[in-house]
Amino acid sequence: MNALLVSALWGVIMMFSGIAIKRAATIRTIALIGIAILLGLNLAELQGWQLVSIDTTGMLQFETYSLLFNTIILAAVLCYVMISGSAMEKIGNNLSDYLALLFFIICGMLMVSAFESLLMLFLGIEIITIPLYILTGSDKKNLKSNEASLKYFLLGAFSSGILLMGIALVYGARGSFALTSVADSIRLSSSLLVSGMLLLMIAMAFKVSAAPFHFWTPDVYDGAPTVFTSFMATVVKVAVFAAFVRLFDRSFALQLSTWQWWVAVLAALTMLVGNVTAVFQQSVKRMLSYSSIAQAGFMLLAVYAMNTAAKEGLLLYAAAYSLATIGIFAVLTRMKDYSFEAFNGMAGRYPWVAAALAIFFLSLAGIPLTGGFLAKFYMIKAALGMSLWLALFALIMAAVSVYYYFRVIQAMYFKPVTQPEPLVFDNLFTAQLLVMALSVVVLGLFPEWLIGLLYF
Amino acid sequence: MIALLILLIPLLGGIISFGAGTNKKLVSLVFTFSTALLLTLVLLALTCFKQPALSAFSAPWLQGVGSSFSLSLDPLASVLCLLTAIVYFLLALYMLEKPIERSAAFYGWLLLAQAGMMGVFLATDGLLFYFFWELALIPMYFLSSIWGGPRRIAVTFKFFIYTFLGSVLLLAGLIYLQSLTPEKSFALDALLKVKLTTAQQSWLLWLLLPAFAIKLPMFPFHTWQPDTYEEAPTPVTLVLSAVMVKMGILGILRWLLPIFPIAAYQWGDVIMGLSIAGIVYASLIAWRQDDLKRLVAYSSIAHIGLMTAAAFAANVTSLQGLCFQLFSHGINILGMWLLVDLIERNTGTRKISALGGIAQHSPVLTIFMLIIALANIALPLTNGFVGELLMFTGLLATKSNYFLVLTVAAGLGIILSAVYTLGMIRSVFFGQPNSVTAQPITLSLLEQLVLLIIVVLILFFGFFPQPLLDVTAQYTDQLFRQVDISYLFRKF
Repeated sequence: MNALLVSALWGVIMMFSGIAIKRAATIRTIALIGIAILLGLNLAELQGWQLVSIDTTGMLQFETYSLLFNTIILAAVLCYVMISGSAMEKIGNNLSDYLALLFFIICGMLMVSAFESLLMLFLGIEIITIPLYILTGSDKKNLKSNEASLKYFLLGAFSSGILLMGIALVYGARGSFALTSVADSIRLSSSLLVSGMLLLMIAMAFKVSAAPFHFWTPDVYDGAPTVFTSFMATVVKVAVFAAFVRLFDRSFALQLSTWQWWVAVLAALTMLVGNVTAVFQQSVKRMLSYSSIAQAGFMLLAVYAMNTAAKEGLLLYAAAYSLATIGIFAVLTRMKDYSFEAFNGMAGRYPWVAAALAIFFLSLAGIPLTGGFLAKFYMIKAALGMSLWLALFALIMAAVSVYYYFRVIQAMYFKPVTQPEPLVFDNLFTAQLLVMALSVVVLGLFPEWLIGLLYF
Repeated sequence: MIALLILLIPLLGGIISFGAGTNKKLVSLVFTFSTALLLTLVLLALTCFKQPALSAFSAPWLQGVGSSFSLSLDPLASVLCLLTAIVYFLLALYMLEKPIERSAAFYGWLLLAQAGMMGVFLATDGLLFYFFWELALIPMYFLSSIWGGPRRIAVTFKFFIYTFLGSVLLLAGLIYLQSLTPEKSFALDALLKVKLTTAQQSWLLWLLLPAFAIKLPMFPFHTWQPDTYEEAPTPVTLVLSAVMVKMGILGILRWLLPIFPIAAYQWGDVIMGLSIAGIVYASLIAWRQDDLKRLVAYSSIAHIGLMTAAAFAANVTSLQGLCFQLFSHGINILGMWLLVDLIERNTGTRKISALGGIAQHSPVLTIFMLIIALANIALPLTNGFVGELLMFTGLLATKSNYFLVLTVAAGLGIILSAVYTLGMIRSVFFGQPNSVTAQPITLSLLEQLVLLIIVVLILFFGFFPQPLLDVTAQYTDQLFRQVDISYLFRKF
């Protein structure tokens, strides 16, 4: 709760800091301090300590799971701003505005991980997406960025409409916006409720870019400035997933048999489309957008299985996936050419950066000893209890994903340098990257400290 | 505790080797020292420190999913660890004087691969086994892709994707198996106790088997193997074929046969049929090969085929022979690869048609080659004979309805192996020397020592197989104690 308040406040501070302060480094530091404070407040709340406590009349509820999720989200944002903050300056002159929008997005994310009312869900999702439309189009002179922004806005507005329609129908069936108001509804599967539920599912599938509602994703991710793509594809996607799980876990648990089948189809289709299309990409940035669709398919397994293992796994997945993808995008922001060839011979010139990247890609591919493996392991384990076929399909798709992730490793390690002009990786950047790579490995070796927190 | 040390020594060696950087002397010293230390440790563990308290190790790890870090140096693991330690030590001696580009990374990856393989042999927890199974693969991927021949990248990638596909099925099988245990545990003991219906056993067998079959490789999953063996640098090929292949056999022996005895027996005919088809097929192809490396690669498929068939023959004799052959095949194929490497280094070619008459100028090399090749085709009084004799006896005694067809076909493979091996020796070593082979191939003292050790091992176990058979008998006893497969024989 406290983090939510402070994040909105700090957004305003950031906005005004642009007037008084002209030095980019100072503005960045203020933002970093803000995120650190948010993380601290969140951790304090996890221990049961609050600065102020506000009665939200049951609209929001921060329990351990959502606080843990927020911790992961905030830690990921901290990593993100630390490592990619300097790349934001290159996009335009409005660094303080970008960071302000970032804080508003954080506010929305903290909301969707703790909503108890459908209204709060809608509010949270809107708070997340509206700043994202702006950030996508922030590279004003770039036509692709403008196009992406417009596309994102139109489709995003459309899916918000569907979300609202779903909420309206569910309200019609239940007479309340509260998630846990099932008891009041007379018939559990009235057509009004079921159609509302399906509309909600479609809207959420839009927001997490699950197939067949994924068509906006590659264009938007490709067109947006790489720094912001990194943010959208990781932290935001993970937060919306938390909302997806929470919504269907809390509100539609009794209709499980109705929607579970649909989620299985969504998950299978998303994995198929994401993985197969990623194989044919020629640009690493575009490959990563399809890979983010594929990874969303894996995360949908958590929604499908909806048991304790699945929820634990989603936490781990969120952490492992965000860390790895943020790291890869951070390197991409420092490159001009996003083709696979641009990575040729990187291991010889920048051994540490290449090693960190290799760990990130291994983690995304789900090779043991990395967080990505255990995350996938939990998902498979959760899904296997329900359906052997879906789990097998997911595993085979994981094997397909090795193909495109390893293309980058191959380029870095086995091919000679083809791009003569050197890239700039300062020591601080390399060190940050290595720390992130190390945490991916630690997550893979000792995931228990993260999951163990759930039970305290 | 010893089991943990066996794992840690190569791991630390690998890390130190990576850290040593450009200091080539230090790197090869680390490699030699680490492999020698490991060999000493394994030998000590097999002779002086046999107490079970010393050989097993267990620590809590990933308790949430029912897994633990448990290792055990049981009889089967000790045969394979001994083999790995010997192969690596001999490789270290052989490579001591040979320069290699970026040696720090090369030896580092080799040692990490050794750690991974030792982990596979020692693990007694399903998830841990899978961990090491994958970890042994990654170093091999880097080794073959960086130091290999011209087609290395594509070929190694094929190998990697192939094995990874097998691994994910293995993972699915293990998770499914774990979900069936009452205490939700990955421990081998828990998996052995789980009651499975015949249908479940068949399902699980086919989930686990592809991973092992691809690693072996078993016909028809073998298409990656000749290409990879040809393109990988010889030290890597050697590790792949002498040691890594054994991971597949170990998988079958430890994670398949005891857990799914009924399915293994039901599908035994099919698997034996495939393996033996593989023997004949690979032998015929080996006969027509002009490249020494490809010839040895195909001959390896044939030998492994016989071992796979023996694993599913479901009797003690064939299993005994198989365990013995695990060791001797490793030693023999090590010798074959070293000789191929020596010929290639000195003449610059591997083409059988381009070579000839080496015996005239290099008699020592020829004598070594002859002994090792004869061991490879299992002539009596060599170590190869003991294993193959036992395996054939076992195959003849198998309860399969097709035992005669299978045994005769397998026997045909052995005859073919004599044909192509001796044919290769004739055209490479005898006849008139040509311009390529005009220079004598002189062996350095170290090379002679390495080949001598191999020959001594071949002859020693050819004359006195009993010490090793005693160890493998412990394994077969243990296997038959673990599983009550008496019901298999009641059918007939």
